[in-house]
Amino acid sequence: MNGMFGKGILKGLGVSLKRFVETYLDDLTWLGKRYGTTEGIAHRASKDARGIFTVQYPEEKIPVPEEFRFIPFLVYDEGLNGEINLRCTSCGICAKVCPPQCIWIVRSTDPITGRPIPDPADFYIDADICMNCGLCAEYCPFDAIKMDHEYELASGARNLYNKKRLSKSASYYETIRPINSSRENVLRAAKFSARTRVSE
Amino acid sequence: MAMPSQIPVAPPSSDEIAILRSRFADTLKPDTRAGYSGWIIDKIQLQAFATALRNELGYDYLSSVTAVDYLPQGQFEVVYQVYKTTGGRGINFKVQVTRTDDVEVPSLVFTYPGAELQEREVWDLFGIKFSGHPDLRRIFMWEGFAGHPMRKDWHEPYYEEEVKPLKSRWPDGQIYSAESKNIHGDNITLPEGFNSKDQTFDPEKALYDALRQSSKDDVGLGTDRIIVNLGPQHPSTHGVFRIAVLLDGEKIINLKPVMGYLHRNHEKIGERNTYIMNIPYTDRLDYLSSMSNNFGYALAVEKLMNIKPPERAEYLRVMMAELTRISNHLMAIGALLNDLGAYFTPMLYSLEERELILDIFEAVAGSRMMCNYFRFGGVARDLPDGVLQKIKDLIFERLPRKIDEIERFLGENEIIRARGVGQGVLTTENAIRYSAAGPLLRASGVPYDIRRAEPYSIYDRFDFDVVVRQNGDIYDRLMVRFEEIRQSIRIVQQTVKQIPEGPVTTTKPVYQVRVPAGESYGRVEGPKGEVGFYIISNGKPNPWRYHVRAPSFINLTAFGPMCIGYKVADVVAVLGSIDIVLGEVDR
Repeated sequence: MNGMFGKGILKGLGVSLKRFVETYLDDLTWLGKRYGTTEGIAHRASKDARGIFTVQYPEEKIPVPEEFRFIPFLVYDEGLNGEINLRCTSCGICAKVCPPQCIWIVRSTDPITGRPIPDPADFYIDADICMNCGLCAEYCPFDAIKMDHEYELASGARNLYNKKRLSKSASYYETIRPINSSRENVLRAAKFSARTRVSE
Repeated sequence: MAMPSQIPVAPPSSDEIAILRSRFADTLKPDTRAGYSGWIIDKIQLQAFATALRNELGYDYLSSVTAVDYLPQGQFEVVYQVYKTTGGRGINFKVQVTRTDDVEVPSLVFTYPGAELQEREVWDLFGIKFSGHPDLRRIFMWEGFAGHPMRKDWHEPYYEEEVKPLKSRWPDGQIYSAESKNIHGDNITLPEGFNSKDQTFDPEKALYDALRQSSKDDVGLGTDRIIVNLGPQHPSTHGVFRIAVLLDGEKIINLKPVMGYLHRNHEKIGERNTYIMNIPYTDRLDYLSSMSNNFGYALAVEKLMNIKPPERAEYLRVMMAELTRISNHLMAIGALLNDLGAYFTPMLYSLEERELILDIFEAVAGSRMMCNYFRFGGVARDLPDGVLQKIKDLIFERLPRKIDEIERFLGENEIIRARGVGQGVLTTENAIRYSAAGPLLRASGVPYDIRRAEPYSIYDRFDFDVVVRQNGDIYDRLMVRFEEIRQSIRIVQQTVKQIPEGPVTTTKPVYQVRVPAGESYGRVEGPKGEVGFYIISNGKPNPWRYHVRAPSFINLTAFGPMCIGYKVADVVAVLGSIDIVLGEVDR
C-alpha cells in the first residue's frame, strides 16, 4: 500500500513514550506522595491524572461516592437504654419491588389478637441473588432499608442474610450517607410532628 | 466527513397508505384495538405487502421483527417495524394467525434480509415457522430443547407464579434458597422420545449442513473444504460466542454465528416482572452502555403512560446517554485493537478515560455499570454536589485532548490501516438490507442516526453532526467511532451549559406504575445502534409482551456477508469492528 513507511507507528510509539515519561515526571512532582495517600489517589482519579493510572488495591482503595450502592441493610434507631428499634414495619414494599425477588419478610403477629404487628419477626435477603439495584431503598417509605457501602463480601459459603446480619444502626447510616440521611431526617421529623399535631 | 445537521423529518403521509389500501383492499385493515396503531395484513398477502412497502413507499429498513402470544384470544401475532433510511416516522404491520402448535407465516428474508436472525429467534422462542426461510434453525436454544419458551403456556422448570411479586416473599415469608427447589439434574425437560444416550443425535448436524449449503455450487478443482469453529471459548469473541466458518484454504466460503450460550430468556423474565423491575434488568443487556438501555425502555413505557419527564431530567438523560456513548466507543476501539493484536496498550489507554466516566456514573447513579438511573417520568436522583463540575472538567478539558491523543496513537498506524482498509466491507446497499445499525450502518455511507432521523427526548435542540463514512470497511468503522465520540462531547458540552434547575421527576415515585393498555415501540440511538423496546400492556402491573430489539444481535445478521471472501484471520477483526456485547446478543 502507498505511503507506508512506518511513520504512523513511530508517531504512536511517541505517544507511548510520552506517557511512560509522564509517570516518572509525576512521581517527581509529587515526591513520593503519589501513592498510598488520599490526595495521591484522588489525583490519579482526576482530570489532571497523567502517566500511570492504576490504584494498588487492596493497599490503596478508591473512596466510594455517597450514592454508591451495595447489598441493602436494615436501619435501626437506638433507644435510650440501648434497645434496637428497627424502622422496618414489614409493609412489604421492598419485597414487592425487588426485581430478583431476593427479600423474604416474616411478619410477626400479636400473640393475643393474632393480627399482624408492624415489626418483622425475621427478614432475609439472599445476598447471592441480590442485584444491588437499590429499588428497595428508593421506595421504602420509612427509610428503613438502605444500600450499604461495604463491598468486600467474598465468602466461601452461601450468603443468606437474616435480620441480625442485616441490622445496622442509624449512626452508621449517617456516616456513610451524610447528605442523604440529614435530608431524610428533616423530612421524617416534619412528618412526625404533623402526625402528632393531628393526634393532639 | 460529516453530514449537514438538518435532515427534514417527514411523517408517513396518508396518501402513501391510501395507495396500498386500494391495492390490498380486503386483506389490509388498520389495527383499531385501543392503544394500538399500524396495520394488519393477511398472511397470504404479507410478502406482496412488504415488497410494496419497500420498493414503492421507500420503507427500506426493517427495524424489528417479533411475535406476541395472545393466549386468551387464541392468537399469535407477528409484528414488524419498518422505517425509511431517509428519516421520519416508521410504520408497523402485523400478521395474525390462529394459535396452534404448528403455525406458519411467510418469511420476509428475501424482501428484508435483516429478518434472517430475527425470524429464527421468533421460531425458536415462539414456535412460529417462517415458510421460505433458507436456514430456519433454533438460535438460542439447542436443537434438543423441548418447547418454545416465550409461549405463555410454557413454564420454566422451577415455576412459582405467573408474575412477580411472588407471594412466598411477602406476605408468606417462607424462606428457601432457590437451588433447593430447582435441583440440578431434575430441572430439565426433554422433548418426547428424546434419548440423551442416543449416540446418533448430533446437535451440530443442522448447523454444519447449513454451512455446507453454499459449497454445492462448487466449480474448478474439487478441493476439500473444512469447517473451523472459533469459540465459544475464544478471547476474541468478546464473550461466549461461536463462529462456524467453512473454509477453502484460508478463504471464507460461508460463516454462521452461533449464539445462545448466555441466553437467559430476558424477555420471559421481563414479562414476569413489573414495569419498574425491568429497569435494572435492562442494564444487563448491553452492560457497557446501561444508560442507553434504560433510556429506550423508559421512552417506551412513557409513551404508553403518556407522560413526559421535566426539563432538567431530559437534560440529565441526554447527558448520561452521551457519556455512555463515549465510554462504549472507547471500549469498542480498545477491544478492536486487542483483536488486531495490539495487545492491551490501546485498550488500557481508552479504559483510563472510560474509568473517569464510570466514576461519574458511580457518583450519580450509585453503580459504575449497572446504572439503573432512569425512572418513568424522570431520573432516579439529581446530580450530587460537585458532579457537574467533574463532568465539565472532563468534557471541556480532558476528553477532547485525550481522544486526539488516542487517535494520534492509532489513526495512521500502518498495521491498523493494512488490516482495516478495504477489509470486511459492508456495502451501503447491504448495510440497509441487513438492518445494520449504528456505527456499522454509518460507516457504510448511510447517514442514519435516530437522534436526527426521528428525534426523541430533546435531541432536536442540540447541534451535532451525523458522522458518516463511505467505505464500509473495518478502518471506517473505527474512525466513525472516534468522530462520534467528538460529537457526543459536543452534545454533553451543550447540555451542561443549558441544563436548567428544577425537579427531576414529574410524578411522586410509586413502586407500581399504572400503564394503560396498548402497544408501544420506543427506540433510541444506542452506542451500538438502534435499541428498541416493544411493549404491550394489558393494563395489569406486568407487561404482557416485552421485546428488546438488540443492536448487537441484529448487526450480526450482516456478519456472514461481511466476511465471505476474506481470509479467516479477518473474522476476528470484522467481529471486533461490529462491536457486540454478548449480554445483548443472547439476552
